[in-house]
Amino acid sequence: MALAKDYASVMGRSNDIQKDALGLDYAEFETSPIAFDYEKLMTSTGYTLEEVNRIQSQYGVGNTPLLEARNITKLARKYAKPGYGARIFIKDEAANASGSFKDRRAACAVYHAKKLGYKGVMAATSGNYGAAVASQAAIQGLKCIIVQECYDSKGVGQPEIVEKARKCEALGAEVVQLTVGPELFYSFLSILEDTGYFNASLYSPFGIAGIDTLGYEIVQQCREKLGKDPDMVVCTTAGGGMVTGTARGVRKAGCDAQVVSASIDLSGLSMASDVDFNKKSCTTGHTGFGVPYATDPDHSDVPRSAARPLRYMDRYVTITQGEVMYMTEMLAQLEGIERGPAGQTALAAAFSLAQELPEDNILVVSETEYTGAGKHVQPQLDFAKQNGIDVRIGDPKEEVPGKSVVLPASPALFKYKEADVDHFRASLIKKAVKKAGVKPTESDLEFLAEETKKDVDFVKSVLEKEGLL
Amino acid sequence: MAKKGDWVRIHSVVLKAEERTAKLPEDTQACDLEQWTKGFLLADAKLGDEVEVETAVGRIEKGTLIDEAPYYDHSYGKFVPELIAIDKQLREEMAEIGGDK
Repeated sequence: MALAKDYASVMGRSNDIQKDALGLDYAEFETSPIAFDYEKLMTSTGYTLEEVNRIQSQYGVGNTPLLEARNITKLARKYAKPGYGARIFIKDEAANASGSFKDRRAACAVYHAKKLGYKGVMAATSGNYGAAVASQAAIQGLKCIIVQECYDSKGVGQPEIVEKARKCEALGAEVVQLTVGPELFYSFLSILEDTGYFNASLYSPFGIAGIDTLGYEIVQQCREKLGKDPDMVVCTTAGGGMVTGTARGVRKAGCDAQVVSASIDLSGLSMASDVDFNKKSCTTGHTGFGVPYATDPDHSDVPRSAARPLRYMDRYVTITQGEVMYMTEMLAQLEGIERGPAGQTALAAAFSLAQELPEDNILVVSETEYTGAGKHVQPQLDFAKQNGIDVRIGDPKEEVPGKSVVLPASPALFKYKEADVDHFRASLIKKAVKKAGVKPTESDLEFLAEETKKDVDFVKSVLEKEGLL
Repeated sequence: MAKKGDWVRIHSVVLKAEERTAKLPEDTQACDLEQWTKGFLLADAKLGDEVEVETAVGRIEKGTLIDEAPYYDHSYGKFVPELIAIDKQLREEMAEIGGDK
């Protein structure tokens, strides 16, 4: 008998569909209603760093150049106090097969799918990850379906997302496009169930293990080129995979560089709002993903996300859309490399962060991404204007997400904002305990301390204030 | 009139507004959840007909025929004068501090 395919029926089978589509039973990692064994989940992939490196090398991924942004460094020093302005380096991840660091995640996920005998892979993504999965599926000989949230209710699509659809199709994938709303997950699960494809989730341990090589390469390349370790690594942060994997790789290389998350400040815009959808002038690397995924990593398309940014980040800074757009121009004009805006979030923050570090320090920005029609500063600003956004030159501090994009009137005006990471940590702790609905045990408290890179006393103080202990 | 085997784009409503039960902002709640995909038409049809297509991966999907020979028209956007001003400023900055390449 055919299975009922209505919303309630499909969502009701969600756990079974996901289990079948990942070849992984998350129940075996659960240790209590609150805690699970994160390292066991990560090692369940069975892929060591060397193995991941071998897979990626075989499929056009990794070993990307580490470029020194000499002119951007020089400009940062002009606005820093004497003796300050770290050397800025950029990991040119656009050199990967499909043009972004997401190839690292996709290479491993698709390899794993093939090894387990799946005929195809699916991913729910409006971003570069779709192109990465499509590319790897093409290279490794599997079929591919990408499901993306693309249009508002008037059928108007974000140019950046439309370009991603084009690229996925160009790489042989079927692209299913939807209007705004979290029920995308229903369409995704329904097709996953019908096709029996592998869920190449962004948040699976296979995907995250693929990013470890990025952090590792950064440290190795700094040692080879400069004879020293980086002092700071800045990662654009949305779902948290980049910062998680990069930090893991940096630590595996035995480097204690400060790891900084950077997101575009989109506070005030609702990510599930049909009206707000096209008021964004960037589609990723923003706080609309960064904050909810940091404070509640397990609301993704897998039962337990392998991306757990608060376990790894030392700091979280924000920057504005206008600063990121300006930085994308700066990279092209001063360094002669034209890249997509979304990858420049970390670089915009780095320009400001570098000014607080001594000149002999090394700051590495962990990615760039490809650029093209739609996925470029000009169409994104043009689109902003068409949607009534006030695009102007001025002080980026005056930017109001959804209302204005303020391009800095001078490079002197670049200034990141420090986010309160302890506030996010407290939020994660509260959410985890409330969701489980039980009183935490001693080992739960230890788990929450690991989840937030803090000690048990911090966890206790948060829970005591809420009456949850 | 589209012929069997033509590459077309189809549209469907996944959930009507009143069927949407997820936690949603009011504006989204008022809209249908719509879906688009592309494929080879399985039988001759005209725009607006309910049709079946075979997608790139070989799935059979139903929907309303909305476009024959679909193509992308996203672009590099219209002229944005602010960008020209930024580029000029950056060239002046470089002239002042001296390029280092």
